[in-house]
Amino acid sequence: MIEEKFDAIVVGAGMAGNAAALTLAQRGLKVLQLERGEYSGSKNVQGAILYADMLEKLIPDFREDAPLERHLVEQRFWMMDDRSHTGLHYRSDDFNEERPNRYTIIRAQFDRWFSQKVREAGATVLCETTVTELAQDAYGKVIGVRTDRADGEIHADVVVLAEGVNGLLGTRAGLRKRPTADKVALAVKEMHFLPRETIEARFNLRGDEGMVIEAAGTISRGMTGMGFIYANKECISLGIGCLVADFQRTGETPYGLLDRFKRHPSVAPLIEGSEVKEYAAHLIPEGGFKAIPQLYGEGWVVVGDAAQLNNAIHREGSNLAMTSGRIAAEAIFQVKSRKDPMTAENLSLYKKMLDESFVIKDLKKYKDMPALMHTQSQNFFLTYPELVSKAMQNFLRVDGTPKVEKEKTTFKSFIKARSWSGLFGDAFRLARAWR
Amino acid sequence: MSIEPSVRVEDKLFYNRYLVDAGRAHIKVRPHTTPSPELLSMLKACPARCYELNDKGQVEITVDGCIECGTCRVICEGSGDIEWSYPRGGYGVLFKFG
Ligand SMILES: Cc1cc2nc3c(=O)[nH]c(=O)nc-3n(C[C@H](O)[C@H](O)[C@H](O)COP(=O)(O)OP(=O)(O)OC[C@H]3O[C@@H](n4cnc5c(N)ncnc54)[C@H](O)[C@@H]3O)c2cc1C
Ligand code: SF4
Repeated sequence: MIEEKFDAIVVGAGMAGNAAALTLAQRGLKVLQLERGEYSGSKNVQGAILYADMLEKLIPDFREDAPLERHLVEQRFWMMDDRSHTGLHYRSDDFNEERPNRYTIIRAQFDRWFSQKVREAGATVLCETTVTELAQDAYGKVIGVRTDRADGEIHADVVVLAEGVNGLLGTRAGLRKRPTADKVALAVKEMHFLPRETIEARFNLRGDEGMVIEAAGTISRGMTGMGFIYANKECISLGIGCLVADFQRTGETPYGLLDRFKRHPSVAPLIEGSEVKEYAAHLIPEGGFKAIPQLYGEGWVVVGDAAQLNNAIHREGSNLAMTSGRIAAEAIFQVKSRKDPMTAENLSLYKKMLDESFVIKDLKKYKDMPALMHTQSQNFFLTYPELVSKAMQNFLRVDGTPKVEKEKTTFKSFIKARSWSGLFGDAFRLARAWR
Repeated sequence: MSIEPSVRVEDKLFYNRYLVDAGRAHIKVRPHTTPSPELLSMLKACPARCYELNDKGQVEITVDGCIECGTCRVICEGSGDIEWSYPRGGYGVLFKFG
């Protein structure tokens, strides 16, 4: 047993854990961070878009040495059917600013850099250590952790659970339930390497400019899901994810879906000739506001994906993770400064502060979205993309059919597929969930 | 109709780096005679195709290629079909990019 007692133990060195450990160490607390990977990042998977604002709050001058790939000047949304895509593109030179707002990153490299900052702030970081369970006293209060190392149990006043989406320790200790198949998505992704110039030419980029494509439609074969293509400096991150419950129901394979996406006529030319260097898979919390578990208790708080803090509609997760990690650390620091014990009552400050932040406010805004997307997945991911594609083709093809006829055909195809009430119902439900 | 080329997951896993903890599987399938629907769904849902059917019609797991996503835990742990944990510290998949 490690005799030393810590002010705080942080489990996990991902976005949430690094933010928490950094903040605690910066405030002078004695922190131990435990990570099961060989190094911070070696188990972590993301698209990945980094949102600068939330990192700036932790490391204001991060642009000086963080491993950033490209700053985003363009976003493309694609609605896809099997042979086409209808796109909405937004590109602006305003994004070529001194302090860009969004970057692509490569998580394994970024986390390693982040972890170095945590060490520099004074935290003790122990990698290659899997925490196997929480140590609790006779009353159920969390007093530390047990690891798979020979020296077993380590004690602290408070444990910050930043263990990611699977949240194994929290479930084992009965603090929250295991995520269910309708509340998490499984994403698979590959890293495609190409010469820098090729990437810049294919995606219309100059220098360190970047762009990302978010894609939805028949690529998910009627399941609730999305694909993505993100440009890094010398590689392209490409992946697709769908609800685990949908994989279970349909018997689609994740790698089959990924390969179909890669072979799509709109996608194949973008990655042609590339060398694949990695294949990864990871879960993403998709349950939104209604899936958020108890966030604090006697001697513990939970942050990031482990608390299901993920905004699937906007593909934001790392920023919610960083922010919840930072806020939890600030709350712990306040309790500690008052020399109060780390009871559930005192730690409820964390939830109070989080409720006031964008994290909970945004998740609340979209609270009905996950259920809607799930129950209506056939319509949103199969029927509509196909209808839109037909409508676009009908609009663009010049074949001697009078325009009035063309519009009628398009109109009829929509009514036929979804009926008046279906169309209005979907539009209404979507508007209400978005509000 | 074009024919779907079959995807070889083994080729994909070949890109990855692993440190295999020989003799200590971090996921175990409960012995059974007939697999549950949950367990059967893993033949398709596991992104690394770790689950396979043996010639007696039972589901077996080989964890060497596991990418530690947790999908099988979400689907099968509740029904008691599997025991799921992480590999020991430092073992398992090692992402270079992630
Ligand atoms: C394919 C994909 C694309 C995504 N794209 C984006 C995006 O573009 N932008 C965005 O903002 N978000 C994105 N996300 C979401 C984002 O990745 C997550 O929200 C974020 O990583 C959550 O951070 P975290 O620290 O909570 O969890 P993680 O980053 O998962 O970190 C958890 C850490 O805890 C460690 N750990 C777990 N259990 C133990 C244990 N028992 N003992 C020791 N260590 C343990 C793990 O090894 C890991 O290092 C994406 C996710 C995926 C899967
Ligand atoms: S954790 Fe994921 S990769 Fe590993 S066996 Fe389970 S489903 Fe397959």
